[in-house]
Amino acid sequence: MRGLTFDIAHMLAGSLVLVSFMQLYQDRLYALLNIFALHASVLAASVAWQAFIQDAPHLYLTAVIALGFKAIIIPVALHRIIVRLGIHREIETVVGIGPTMLLGMGLVALSMVVMLRVTAEADPLAREDLAFALSVILLGLLMMVTRRNAVSQVVGFMSLENGLVLAATGAKGMPLVVEISVAFSVLIAFIVIGIFLFRIRERFDTVDVQALDHFRGERR
Amino acid sequence: MTFDALVGVLLVPAIAAAMLAALPGYRLAARLNMLAALLTFVVALSLFFVKPKAGSYLLVDDLNKIFIVLTTFVGFTTSVFSASYISHEIEIGRLTPATVRFYHAMYQTLMFAMNLALVANNIGLMWVAIELATLTTVLMVGIYRTHEALEAAWKYFILGSVGIALALFGTILVYMAARPVVGEGLDAMIWTMLVQHAARFDPALLNVAFVFLLLGYGTKVGLAPLHAWLPDAHAEGPTPISAVLSGLLLNVALYALLRFKMLLALTPAAIAPGPLMVTMGLISCVFAAFMLYRRRDIKRMFAYSSIEHMGIIVFAFGMGGPLANFAGLLHMTMHSLTKSAIFFAVGHVAQVKGTQRIADIGGLTVTNPVLGWGLVLGVIAIAGLPPLGIFMSEFLVVSSTFARQPWLAIALALGILIALGGLFLRLNTIAFGEPRGPTAPAHASYVPMFAHLAIVFVVGIYMPPALVTGFQNVAKLLG
Repeated sequence: MRGLTFDIAHMLAGSLVLVSFMQLYQDRLYALLNIFALHASVLAASVAWQAFIQDAPHLYLTAVIALGFKAIIIPVALHRIIVRLGIHREIETVVGIGPTMLLGMGLVALSMVVMLRVTAEADPLAREDLAFALSVILLGLLMMVTRRNAVSQVVGFMSLENGLVLAATGAKGMPLVVEISVAFSVLIAFIVIGIFLFRIRERFDTVDVQALDHFRGERR
Repeated sequence: MTFDALVGVLLVPAIAAAMLAALPGYRLAARLNMLAALLTFVVALSLFFVKPKAGSYLLVDDLNKIFIVLTTFVGFTTSVFSASYISHEIEIGRLTPATVRFYHAMYQTLMFAMNLALVANNIGLMWVAIELATLTTVLMVGIYRTHEALEAAWKYFILGSVGIALALFGTILVYMAARPVVGEGLDAMIWTMLVQHAARFDPALLNVAFVFLLLGYGTKVGLAPLHAWLPDAHAEGPTPISAVLSGLLLNVALYALLRFKMLLALTPAAIAPGPLMVTMGLISCVFAAFMLYRRRDIKRMFAYSSIEHMGIIVFAFGMGGPLANFAGLLHMTMHSLTKSAIFFAVGHVAQVKGTQRIADIGGLTVTNPVLGWGLVLGVIAIAGLPPLGIFMSEFLVVSSTFARQPWLAIALALGILIALGGLFLRLNTIAFGEPRGPTAPAHASYVPMFAHLAIVFVVGIYMPPALVTGFQNVAKLLG
């Protein structure tokens, strides 16, 4: 059974990287949100599987948070925000999709090289989980950098955070994982429930971050 | 859990935050805020006399004692300043009583979060506390709801979140390195356990972990390539928050970094963290020094000066050794006190003149002598002129570096001199010459500002032996 449990964990973590790539080439906000919901569901499945094989029941709670909060509540809330704000559905990217994908591949290669080399002595599952997790984190960062739209930056941040949860659950027996995932959920809820989006909409009628950018920090 | 001073420094702000959230009147709230901050400070002082035992979540040792006392002291004086600042903001209608209620509750939440980060004996708990501190300051930076304030808060939020996300990844890697040695579970996240067993950790994992931690917490410290959030957050938030950000929150992130540096220093095969820190510190210092010249906003200018000084401090700790660490600690303390004093002055200046634009502020020493000369004194101190405390610490940093790496010392000294030029250039137009811009009499409480400057002055001339031995012990601890 050792082989099978390993394969399933490996497959789920690998799928998370794949879904991260899928997020990179979405050009519509609705589609992006759907893919993000998928991302969070895959994470939930992966965390639940870790909970099962590590025999760590508290991780099921993290899985439930991932599924309930990040795969359902947040996408629905963001969906409503988009509808209410009537945001232009096209996502404006800073870099074209082709170069972004190439950069993404480079980042995945980088994280494999870095993590697999330094964790040579750790157990195989943990080290591959870490390598995948770093890939997801870097892809999330890439998405935050290449998108101008505030909603897609938030989605990028959330997928980055999914990578962190993957890393934390992969580290066997790590305490405080549940607390940390709750802390992150609070963080995300703060933005998403809308203080910022609401206020930004209230003041400027746009959530395009570039529209905020004409203020370059210096009063003239 | 038995009640001791450690629980006290957490419990007092937590209770105060809950009470302030419920309390409608802002005058009473401001007093309660002061009282709570004073009480926290007194409890923190008691740490010098009674030493609580380290548990699996909280600890106190010589290192964090200094940070806790400094944090609670500046927290208290800032709350005194905040009371007069806030009542003026309400008078001119920039803040409403409802937002002030929120502000006071957040102020105590921030104090709670910072104290928690400092006393945490657990790398996970410390991370959660720093995240909480980030979140509360984001909310306070955006409190004016102007265009600029919102953008500053957004930028701070995004960069701060990415920073703490990277720090968490580093934290997880440290756990991974500790797990095979210390064993699974909570033990592998406890500082005291980590330090005991650090020598046998996997060095390669620790190396990667430290890079992530340096980038992550370094963002919060405001080190150069990652500093973009800092000037905006300082300039657009309420001035008491600028004082707390510069004086305290940067230190808390630095404290996290120092703890991990200590851990790495105990693992002989790991990379030396020093050169990385020296490089980032030096870049921050020189870069920020040049940036001082083109500032048009008075709060932004002092924000860049904070980047410069954090650079010097990180540089000093990166050099390591008893003398440089001593200088770093001293510089950190002096910078906290001086910079918050400057922000106290700047807050009142902005209120008196009704603007933060340097071009519209002039001749302060003529129109508002006490405030103007207070600011002049503060800038003299922060620029590092003798006989004030920062001169002492900067001199120590440069001279201890000179003995080991003369070229680095020259670069650092150059940065300090360039910054001095930039600060005095602006100070000249702000404080002297023809009075410019509208003028109103200041309703200010000058006590906190002059109290800070007095301490900086006294330390510059005479350091009490108790302080010297205390800092020396910690400097040895830091390795």
